[in-house]
Amino acid sequence: MYGFIWRRLPGGTAARLVVFLLLIGIAAGLLWYVVFPWLAPRVPVDQPW
Amino acid sequence: MRAALRVVCEIGVTAGVVLLMFCAYLLWGTGSYTERHQRVLQQQFEQEIHEKNGKRSLGRIRLGSALALLRIPRLGPDYTFAIVEGVDAEALREGPGHYPGTALPGQTGNFVVSGHRTTYLAPFNRIGELRRGDDIVVDTHEARYTYRVTRKEVVLPTRLDVIAPVPGHPSEPPSKALITLTTCNPMYSASERLIVHGVLADRERRT
Repeated sequence: MYGFIWRRLPGGTAARLVVFLLLIGIAAGLLWYVVFPWLAPRVPVDQPW
Repeated sequence: MRAALRVVCEIGVTAGVVLLMFCAYLLWGTGSYTERHQRVLQQQFEQEIHEKNGKRSLGRIRLGSALALLRIPRLGPDYTFAIVEGVDAEALREGPGHYPGTALPGQTGNFVVSGHRTTYLAPFNRIGELRRGDDIVVDTHEARYTYRVTRKEVVLPTRLDVIAPVPGHPSEPPSKALITLTTCNPMYSASERLIVHGVLADRERRT
């Protein structure tokens, strides 16, 4: 999966690395700011009533 | 075969990392949401007290605004949380919530407040440290109520009688003004409830 993405990226090793890290950053950001806030109230952890 | 196995491995490791991230989010990420709301709620409340000094009537609680400010000196001089109305998930994300239908601050009966133990800024994380005789200060628009801790207990979530007007005796009519704080126990779980009871010791009207 990661190898496939890596091979599809353009440019040399350095350029690929930058884009690759950028993609990971975007994915992490989406999770943290969009997916997790939506999911958190739906998970029965720490519900004190 | 090998390639397929690798894909499965990669997905598994990715899922693990995402799960860890979610745990981190619950513990630390959720706090920023609560912090934002608390800042606004507390500011609004202080302002309302300033403006309407002494000219407010009991029971006028605007939806979406704080009902009272909670201060617990044992947990630090800066320990202040705005109490909101309601104990559903949405309300408790903003701060500790007043259990609807239970007494209001200072009223005869049981003023019940629920709060998160580990997530959303964890307002009630350390209420287990409270000892008998500790102050729980509740500031409303009309007055400052000081409750004294009387006892603590750990119960199952089904023990609804702890929030009765007379805790433990659901059918008895109340004669005292009590406070009850409830939160999750043990930490990171919801299998039990940690309960702190207190009784009204002092009321100081705003002039």
